[in-house]
Amino acid sequence: MQKSLNIDPEKCTGCLQCELACSYDNESVFNPAKSRIKVFSFHEKGRFVPYTCTQCDEAWCMHACPVDAITLDKATGAKIVHDNLCVGCKVCTIACPFGTVNYNADTGKVVKCDLCEGEPECAKACPTDAITYVDANWTGLDKMRAWAEKTDAGQATA
Amino acid sequence: MTYVIIGAGPAGVTAADTLRKADPSTDVVMIGSEPEPPYSRMAIPYVLTGLIKEEGTYLRKDDGHYDANAIQYRQGIVASIDPAKKTLKLEDGSEQAYSKLLIATGASPVKPPVEGLDLPAVHHCWTLEDCRNIIKYADKGADVVLMGAGFIGCIIMEALAERGVNLTVVEALDRMVPRMMNEAAGNMVKAWCETKGVNVLTSTKVTKIEASGDKQDTLKVDLDSGDQIPAHLVVVATGVKSNIGFVEGSGMKTEEGILVDEFMRSSVDDIYAAGDCAQGPDFSTGAWAVHAVQPTAVDHGRIAALNMAGKPAPYKGSLNMNVLDTVGLISASFGKWDGIKGGDHAEAIDTDNFRYMRLEFDGDKIVGALSLGRTDHIGVLRGLIQTEVPLGDWKQKLMADPHLIADAYVACSQ
Ligand SMILES: Cc1cc2nc3c(=O)[nH]c(=O)nc-3n(C[C@H](O)[C@H](O)[C@H](O)COP(=O)(O)OP(=O)(O)OC[C@H]3O[C@@H](n4cnc5c(N)ncnc54)[C@H](O)[C@@H]3O)c2cc1C
Ligand code: SF4
Repeated sequence: MQKSLNIDPEKCTGCLQCELACSYDNESVFNPAKSRIKVFSFHEKGRFVPYTCTQCDEAWCMHACPVDAITLDKATGAKIVHDNLCVGCKVCTIACPFGTVNYNADTGKVVKCDLCEGEPECAKACPTDAITYVDANWTGLDKMRAWAEKTDAGQATA
Repeated sequence: MTYVIIGAGPAGVTAADTLRKADPSTDVVMIGSEPEPPYSRMAIPYVLTGLIKEEGTYLRKDDGHYDANAIQYRQGIVASIDPAKKTLKLEDGSEQAYSKLLIATGASPVKPPVEGLDLPAVHHCWTLEDCRNIIKYADKGADVVLMGAGFIGCIIMEALAERGVNLTVVEALDRMVPRMMNEAAGNMVKAWCETKGVNVLTSTKVTKIEASGDKQDTLKVDLDSGDQIPAHLVVVATGVKSNIGFVEGSGMKTEEGILVDEFMRSSVDDIYAAGDCAQGPDFSTGAWAVHAVQPTAVDHGRIAALNMAGKPAPYKGSLNMNVLDTVGLISASFGKWDGIKGGDHAEAIDTDNFRYMRLEFDGDKIVGALSLGRTDHIGVLRGLIQTEVPLGDWKQKLMADPHLIADAYVACSQ
């Protein structure tokens, strides 16, 4: 059974442990600016929303890449950027309608969530279970998926 | 039953892979007119800078991808189509029968009516062969003139600048990337390029190129300003035109490209078209347009293939969008970046720091955007436009600070 990140904004307190864990694991620095998950804060509503790639089936980033630098990890379902192939053209950053593929000017490559080979650090670091890594078929990601289907393009209807 | 695809660029290859997945048992034949394995034109600039070798431009990286997926890749130039007999004629005289046909022949660079474009040191930057020719001339310090500062011209500019040539860009219109940017943004790009040592001449035309007799700078480039610039290499990037000449006589409806409906079908039975050669529905205008960009080519290829395989997939139209890096300044444009009649807009301009954001609204929805100097979460602009998110009270917040696009998107969608 494939797993997905399940995000429950109601439980998020905005402590940013996920951002720190992500940037440390992936970029070896404790720096939220280098995190692949971002917590949006809506202060007047006291609401915090952790936000990252849902590894959507449409995978616009992967299909738009001109050099096959983003591939599907069959074990986890993650769409993974291969730095050795990425030329830094940024087409994936505008193709992704969620804005979850970002360009890193220091490396000249793009970064996105890769589910940490099936052990996402953000979920481990979250103290309130706002981010959990659970069986894919009962996550709240459906909402974002439904959203994805409205974007684009065509969906096969048969 | 045989699916035939003419063209082995991103549209053709995406279609071949999609057909194979949707219909594992039917023959797929893909015909390409260039000698290399299927590759991506837009990766050529990175061969010029030395970041990748030619192999890095190949569309599929696993060895034997086409064989493994039973996609027959055939080299040849298609000369004509006979829709009555359902056959193609190739230039070498051979024929290819099809049951369903996809035309994905892309586009070619146009040559403006300027004398001297056939001289040896004048090249387009469109194919891997062009790329090899440019590498021969574009040495460090060499005098290079680039004709055209449109989207593709600017990408080539970036690569040439990185090779360390002495670069002059000549653009006939009054600003850089005129089809993707308004005056404010286009002028910021120009100012930026000049600080990076690129000479940019806007509102200037090349009138003639002639042999100079000099050993190093073999060319003289005449401008309508009366100036003459010596050049070791001239690169021509003055627009592209769909490759549709061979459909003449087939009865197919064409304008700028092959006209296709929401299922990517041409006006001729069992013939579809995709990519730079197809004039398909435009998400923003509801009219028909050739967008000639990579994301549209792959969207087209995938959707055409699903429909060919009998899995009806109507297309809502392609969103025109571009992202551009001009010697380190990154810009992006989406949809109706030039706005609609009577629509509101929000603008934040910071000339000193080369940052710019402009949003165009239709009521409380975003229909177009233009940004400079920003890359984080930029894709949400596509999401906001294509899902037609009603912004509600977020519109006022964006009018006050258009940089809050990601916050607005998350707040309205989660
Ligand atoms: C230098 C450069 C930089 C670019 N940068 C970007 C960018 O940053 N972002 C972006 O979105 N787009 C960019 N583009 C544009 C992008 O490359 C094209 O939109 C894309 O390649 C279109 O794909 P396609 O499959 O429709 O056509 P093409 O890639 O042109 O492929 C067409 C195929 O058809 C074949 N063919 C043509 N005629 C025949 C025939 N008669 N018989 C048989 N085969 C034939 C050709 O050999 C080729 O294989 C760039 C282009 C260039 C040249
Ligand atoms: S930036 Fe890298 S991963 Fe993204 S589309 Fe370009 S080459 Fe592919």
